[in-house]
Amino acid sequence: MAKLSPEVAEPARLELEAVSAGYTNVLALDSVSFEVPHGAQVAVVGPNGAGKSTLFKVLVGLLPIRAGQVFIHGQPLGAHTDCVAYVPQREEVDWRFPVTVRDVVMMGRYGKQGWFRRPNQADRDWVARSLDQMGIAALANRAIGDLSGGQQQRVFLARALAQEPHILLMDEPFTGVDASTQEATLSLLEELKSRHVTVMVSTHDLTMAAQRFERVLLLNHRLVAYGAPADVFKPENLRQAFSGQFLTLEGQGAVVVDECCPPGEEHLHDHTGQGGEHA
Amino acid sequence: MLEWLLEPWSFAFMQHGLLAALLVGILCAVIGCYVVLRSMAFLGDALAHAILPGVAVAYLLQGNLTVGALVAAVAVAIGIGFFSREGTVKEDTAIGILFSAALSLGVALISSIRTSASDLTHILFGNVLGVSSGDLLFTALMAVGILGLVMLLYRPFLVISFDPVLAATLRLPGQFLRYLMLILLALTVVVSMQTVGVGLGAALLVTPAATAYLLTRRLARMMAISAVVGAVSSLIGMYLSYYTIIAPGAAIVLVATGFFLLAFAWKRVRG
Repeated sequence: MAKLSPEVAEPARLELEAVSAGYTNVLALDSVSFEVPHGAQVAVVGPNGAGKSTLFKVLVGLLPIRAGQVFIHGQPLGAHTDCVAYVPQREEVDWRFPVTVRDVVMMGRYGKQGWFRRPNQADRDWVARSLDQMGIAALANRAIGDLSGGQQQRVFLARALAQEPHILLMDEPFTGVDASTQEATLSLLEELKSRHVTVMVSTHDLTMAAQRFERVLLLNHRLVAYGAPADVFKPENLRQAFSGQFLTLEGQGAVVVDECCPPGEEHLHDHTGQGGEHA
Repeated sequence: MLEWLLEPWSFAFMQHGLLAALLVGILCAVIGCYVVLRSMAFLGDALAHAILPGVAVAYLLQGNLTVGALVAAVAVAIGIGFFSREGTVKEDTAIGILFSAALSLGVALISSIRTSASDLTHILFGNVLGVSSGDLLFTALMAVGILGLVMLLYRPFLVISFDPVLAATLRLPGQFLRYLMLILLALTVVVSMQTVGVGLGAALLVTPAATAYLLTRRLARMMAISAVVGAVSSLIGMYLSYYTIIAPGAAIVLVATGFFLLAFAWKRVRG
């Protein structure tokens, strides 16, 4: 099995060619094509149920592809077993499971260890460094169920670091966490940029997408727009992606009314000034 | 006092019974950790009851009852996996259907057998005092084999239980591992049939593991504590049964339940 390091001539990258996928007859992803160059950082935005999570699940091999092809390092999906890491949404994890913070981060090394090899010093060093980097070294021996939401997210970010991924996928890392965790996540993105790790982040925060990412992918089952924030966040693109949730305000650009919370505790996220002229 | 403690073990049937009960207690307790963590308590109970038709058919054909139980348990385990594959039917629904179907089939077969069928009573409630050397050897081999696999596959089993998404990222064969876990559970239930019978099989799977879950937050430690609870329950249960008239299977389960209540109270008091 080929294990390419990011330094080899062929750049680390991700290509999708007309990929369709979905659980039911309704396609969650409909013929989506795009390319992410080596080390780029992409914000994936779109309304709820636009297929953002589906896209990530396809990329980690959790969901079969109905049509089309995915290439990583120019090879079909599955040729690399250890180069894609995924930071799940917090609701996807059983927090009552009896594992410690250190245990969870060590799971990030399993891909390198295979089924049977015991952790060696290099694994332990990676775990320690990752814990340190996310500022949770002091929590290493705590049960994950005892942590706050932000701390739990940092555990999964540390695990993703320990995986030494070439491509890192983060599903809504900015939703429902405290400001210091948001900050830690953003500084992690900086760090990953210097390591040339390719990153895709799904988010509801269009302002953050516009300000902190060099590329934005606007998704609503189909690919609506992909490129620099200034080119993507144009009223016609936003209207196409968010349809009913999109309001044009005279003279002030536009507002996307996007739900980021479970129904019931709905609040409105106003992302003013997302017109191309502002971003 | 020493005499009181040693007296039961002067009988060969008590020695065999104790060894079998200890092996089964430890085996069920360790597998039971996954049963508790993966919310498979209902499944464990279902498997225990589902082996009834296999045993009844084996009895009718005058074959080996254990082999009959084994075939039925594995068939039901695979059946549950098959019906709930890709969410066609929810897993607990599939379990409910297959479990009651198998149990009905077992009852139908048993009611058609016109003997006093004391063997079948033993299957329902266990017969730990009638363990032969052959039975003991079988129990020991199964226990060592199953526990060996659980230890060898500790890491993949942990990952598919805790984080199926990571398991997929690591390209672990999730489907295969889930089936394997079901089959190991089925085998465990069959092995425990002799000690506590199909009626109480689920208790040995769930109670020690649930006790350990209250006391620790690490899986390896939970397995160790659960095994100790299972073994000690078996030991005390055998004494209880020897010095009273309580059936051994019931005594063991009652002792384990006592440990669970103690752990529960301790957890509550500590907050």
